[in-house]
Amino acid sequence: MNLKRYLRLLGIQLKASGLLSLQYRADFFTEGLTSLFWTFTALAPLFVVYGERPNIEGWSFGEALLVVGWFTLLQGILEGAINPSLTGVVEHIRKGTLDFVLLKPADAQFLVSTQRFQPWRAFNVLTGVGLFVYAFTHLGRWPSVTGLLASVLLLGTSTLLLYSLWILTVSAAFFVVRVDNLTYLFTSIFDFARWPSSVFQGVGRGALTMVFTYVIPLALMTTFPAQAMLGRLPFQSLLGAVAGAGIFAWGSRQVWLRSIRRYTSASS
Amino acid sequence: MSARTVLRAFPTLLRVGFAEAVAYRAEMLIWVLSTTMPLVNMVLWMAVSREAPVGRFGEADFISYFLATFAVRQLATSWAAWLINWEVKQGTLAMRLLRPISPLWTYAVESIAAFPMRLLVAVPVVLLSVALVGEKAVPQHAWQWGFFVLSVIGGWAVAFLANVAIGALCFFLESSQKVLEVWLVLFFVCSGYMYPVELLPPTLRAIIDWLPFRYQIGVPVEMLTGAYGWQESLRLLAAQWAWVAVLGGLAAVTWKQGVRRFAAFGG
Repeated sequence: MNLKRYLRLLGIQLKASGLLSLQYRADFFTEGLTSLFWTFTALAPLFVVYGERPNIEGWSFGEALLVVGWFTLLQGILEGAINPSLTGVVEHIRKGTLDFVLLKPADAQFLVSTQRFQPWRAFNVLTGVGLFVYAFTHLGRWPSVTGLLASVLLLGTSTLLLYSLWILTVSAAFFVVRVDNLTYLFTSIFDFARWPSSVFQGVGRGALTMVFTYVIPLALMTTFPAQAMLGRLPFQSLLGAVAGAGIFAWGSRQVWLRSIRRYTSASS
Repeated sequence: MSARTVLRAFPTLLRVGFAEAVAYRAEMLIWVLSTTMPLVNMVLWMAVSREAPVGRFGEADFISYFLATFAVRQLATSWAAWLINWEVKQGTLAMRLLRPISPLWTYAVESIAAFPMRLLVAVPVVLLSVALVGEKAVPQHAWQWGFFVLSVIGGWAVAFLANVAIGALCFFLESSQKVLEVWLVLFFVCSGYMYPVELLPPTLRAIIDWLPFRYQIGVPVEMLTGAYGWQESLRLLAAQWAWVAVLGGLAAVTWKQGVRRFAAFGG
């Protein structure tokens, strides 16, 4: 019964932001164009790098393109579904209107994370899929069914990880208030996910790869799904990703609850 | 507004700007941390050049190139377009226009006043580069240092004037945020921020030579890493300052025309 209620609530929130974005239909084209533009910047160094070498740290051009594809796709999810509502939280905290959200008879984390979507940003998702198709035609083969299923599963874990990281960032907002440029910080760290994580192996004897796998799990978000599509992700890694994402989400939930408890409204 | 008013107001404006930069130092630190892209690219190019150098770049050259990029980005940067957009939308620009000095001067001085704080970040990065790579990371001759300082100032001017020109478009377009975004994308691709421009195919390089982007970051970085003899350096500096002049004219014209329209719908 509870689940049903939340699903209905989600439906209502989705409908509201859907209607809102239908008002700005021209955005569809500008979003599309800018997303293509940004994808091109993500690709530019790839072309320059692979103009010099056919293979970098065991990744060929087509394979690295898959990672960029995942990066673009996740960026679409981040900017379309996660970013807008959580920027809203920061605004709430600053103005003190978060009190109204907390008073509502539903879970606060659920309410704040579903308050606003920007469907046109989903254009990035399409661009990402386009990159997958291009990458596989370049590789001259198609992914296996199990590989594809595994990558869909990993899409779920990546989204969960991204969302949890965001919740952590927002929880920081309760302590430092001016957090809107923390969001820039976050996106610039996310930039590291553009490249297969093995590229970073050479730095500090693999310390950076360790950080990006276990501390800020960027490798799990883009490199693992790309590997799954190529059919070379070990089964333990898949299990590890699912378990890791679960633990991470649970941890961020605890942090959120803790910060909410600490929260005293802006006026007091 | 005469030149004398501007000159008289300058020290005060600088002091205010500096105090502001100090007050928002935590925020500035976060901004600095969010320009980590050169570091991402550094690691990537190090991996690429591990087996064999790319062009004239070995692993050490990439380290010094990208650390220089990081340092130069701290100095040759401006957020005026964003500020203008915001102030026009909020209407707070009206307050600035009431003062006896052009808002453009205040924007410029605010940016210049943050220089000491930004140097606090840039200088250690350059020193780190020297520690990692050796003396090669910085110019060997006095004239090269002079050229480098000139090119950083030029790079800042390119960034600032382009920002003003783009920002002023919001008087005509409602918001010039999208134009700014397009500029930024081209900047990332063409400026030498993500890879040394030298590594691009010759035709592309020829086009980039004619565009302003490289003169914001790429040229100062190349001056710092001492990539050219004085003849080529002089040519690049001349091209850079030509762009400063062009963008200066463009900024002045769009701003003047734009403000007239602002008065029209704000008043």
